[in-house]
Amino acid sequence: MGNFLSWMLPPGASTFVGDIDWIYYLILVVTGIAFVLVEVALIVFLVKYRKRPGRKATYVHGSTRAEIIWTSVTAVVVVVIGVLSAPAWDKIKGRNGVPPDAMPIEVHAKQFEWNITYPGADGKLGTTDDFTVRGQLHVPVDRPTVATLTSEDAIHSFFVPAFRIKQDAVPGMHIRVWFQPTKTGEYELGCAELCGLGHYRMRAVVTVHTQADYDRWVAQQAHSVAQR
Amino acid sequence: MATTATGTSSYTADHGHAHVDDRSFLRKYIFSTDHKIIGIQFLLMSLTFLLLGGTLAMVMRWQLGFPGKPLPGGTLLPETYTNNGVVLPEFYNAAVTMHGTFMVFFAIMPLLVGVFGNYLIPLKIGAPDMAFPRINMASFWTAVPAGLLMLAGFFVEGGSAAAGWTSYAPLSARSDLTGVHLGQIFWCLSLIILGLSSIMGSFNYITTVINLRAPGMNWFRLPLSIWALFVTACLVLLAIPVLSGAAILLLFDQTIGTHFFDPVAGGQPLLWQHLFWFFGHPEVYILILPGMGMASDIIANGARKPIFGYSSMVLAIIAIGFLGWGVWGHHMFQSGMNPTLGTTFMISTLLIAVPSAIKTFNWLGTIWQGNITFHVPMLHALAFVSMFVIGGLSGVFMAASPFDIYIHDTYFIVAHLHYVLFGGSLFAIFAAVTYWYPKMFGRMMNPFWGKVHFWLTLVFYNCTFFPMHQLGLHGHMRRIYDPTQYAFLREVQPVNVFISISAFCLFATQFIFAANFIVSWFKGEKAPMNPWLDNGLEWTVASPPPHGNFGATVPTVYRGPYEYSSPHSDQDYLPQNLPMPGAASAHPQPAGD
Repeated sequence: MGNFLSWMLPPGASTFVGDIDWIYYLILVVTGIAFVLVEVALIVFLVKYRKRPGRKATYVHGSTRAEIIWTSVTAVVVVVIGVLSAPAWDKIKGRNGVPPDAMPIEVHAKQFEWNITYPGADGKLGTTDDFTVRGQLHVPVDRPTVATLTSEDAIHSFFVPAFRIKQDAVPGMHIRVWFQPTKTGEYELGCAELCGLGHYRMRAVVTVHTQADYDRWVAQQAHSVAQR
Repeated sequence: MATTATGTSSYTADHGHAHVDDRSFLRKYIFSTDHKIIGIQFLLMSLTFLLLGGTLAMVMRWQLGFPGKPLPGGTLLPETYTNNGVVLPEFYNAAVTMHGTFMVFFAIMPLLVGVFGNYLIPLKIGAPDMAFPRINMASFWTAVPAGLLMLAGFFVEGGSAAAGWTSYAPLSARSDLTGVHLGQIFWCLSLIILGLSSIMGSFNYITTVINLRAPGMNWFRLPLSIWALFVTACLVLLAIPVLSGAAILLLFDQTIGTHFFDPVAGGQPLLWQHLFWFFGHPEVYILILPGMGMASDIIANGARKPIFGYSSMVLAIIAIGFLGWGVWGHHMFQSGMNPTLGTTFMISTLLIAVPSAIKTFNWLGTIWQGNITFHVPMLHALAFVSMFVIGGLSGVFMAASPFDIYIHDTYFIVAHLHYVLFGGSLFAIFAAVTYWYPKMFGRMMNPFWGKVHFWLTLVFYNCTFFPMHQLGLHGHMRRIYDPTQYAFLREVQPVNVFISISAFCLFATQFIFAANFIVSWFKGEKAPMNPWLDNGLEWTVASPPPHGNFGATVPTVYRGPYEYSSPHSDQDYLPQNLPMPGAASAHPQPAGD
């Protein structure tokens, strides 16, 4: 219930928090000012210029000066917001934004589960030590991970709110999405695009480990795969 | 349609002798070519769909607020919908889809375009009827089977369409993914048929505005409602064929084994999204421009003051009409579309905020130094402005593509779109219905119950939709049947409960409007010719106007529609058709010619 009227974003756990959250607060302040100005002006005018007997409204048709001022101020403000936002978009979603040293994983979505393929001890996908786990995303902290998103059937959307990352997984496409967790712990991965009857339960647990813990987990998985 | 007969019978009784009116009942009220009757037919049809769409929203809100608890009356529904009264995911996804479909295509769009495009254009420009009255009749009678077909989805095996109102492929294209076969086909067929209706309507409106304006009614004397409806008709004419084309391709994928949207055989899922949103974003403006125009007329009337910045209001409508074609990609920022396009669409989307801001400031300028009468339509029009501001400003958040990564497909979007479509369009529709009701039916709606309905709607509406911003900021996804599946959403579940209870109250409040609408039709106070002391041509004829509107004499127009509180008149209004300013004082109720 604490979130009822809170305008704060929930705590995050990736480097994108730093790239994205300030844009939100900037827009919140700018639109907040516009909101208060417009609504206060509206209410003041409604009270001040309410109908009173014997009075007539002022007969004016407009003001070119006022039009020029509010048109140009609005245009400048929105363009500035756009210019300030653009670098974060390029960094997060741009084709060249993925850090070259990022750990590669594959995330294959299908109704209604996430199948994640890990590169194993050698850190490379497409080798014999790769293994696939359903419904669990394990990543090391403070190191970029790049996921190649694919889908088996409908469009799904890879959404980790704590990482501030969302990307659709589209059948027939290989879409790369990267993130760098900053805090160890457990988070949730959900599907954000309506994908059928089980859409609401298409979730997975995200575990951010220290590098040592992550290596241990990989070794454990490799061991259990070998035993099977 | 028997009720329609009652509503207009006063006119036929009075004027039957003057006008050769040997039309049968069927010709007068069912297969009528009179734009006023067609407008009222659209009104009854779209209000019915508004009620149905609202009912489906209540089903969703019940499930979201109280997941797993039996829906009241749920046991009466078939077992493919509910299990011991508990809503099934099948029913939930169908409700999500059909709520959006009904509201966008069968309620808001026909309410604005079908009802007021029809009713207002000929009356306000001084024309006896539409340019093509028979095509106009065909337009309505094409919309009816489209609506019935969409409804029929609920009664066939597999239920209605369940892939969202946006019908993203391949989910919508493959019945093995949704579990719905016939329902998805009906969805496509219904929208293709409805598209024909919209196209027939739109070229009729365009032709009528261009060719049938009364003498003196030049373009810059047109009311803003007519400008808005004219630009809207142009958008409809250009956008709807894109939707129809996309729906035909989807129908082929569903039925005859093509793979336009299925990657398994080389198709492209994103093609659907590009086509849908290339239609869909102009559609957003189709759903708001007429509301902006009609609210402008009503605000000038309520403020008793000329509209502030008429030319820039017109230019803003035209600018939106053009810019609206270049922003569709903002619906697809996270879709896998080339990210370079993301930046382009971000800038174009932010720029479209400019004409909307111009309009808002001009509405404020109009009430500034006015002499404001708070009649019920004025209250709704003012609520339209103040709620549209919230919807417009929340749009800036998602236009900024990096932040959209976080809020895309969350309740923040749901909040935004309802601030535009309910706070914006629907309040404008309430304003317009209450404003032109006396003209349509010859009777006044009850102002007391009108005000009760207005205030309760305003309060419950905000209680329902405002907290959705917070849910979205918390990361709450859209279209999920049971949010308590997620640990991070369980902590905000009380907000969902609050929203649901507010939504039930909001829904209940609408029955006040329905009762006022129906009771006033039979028992309302008789409406005078010009109850709001408005300058428009429609107020110079009887309420309701006779068949042919202005009789033998076409009105001549001498000025724009917003000459309120003019120094040339002792009254605080000056009708468009009054020849000599100054002589006006002798004629408080000009009789038309």
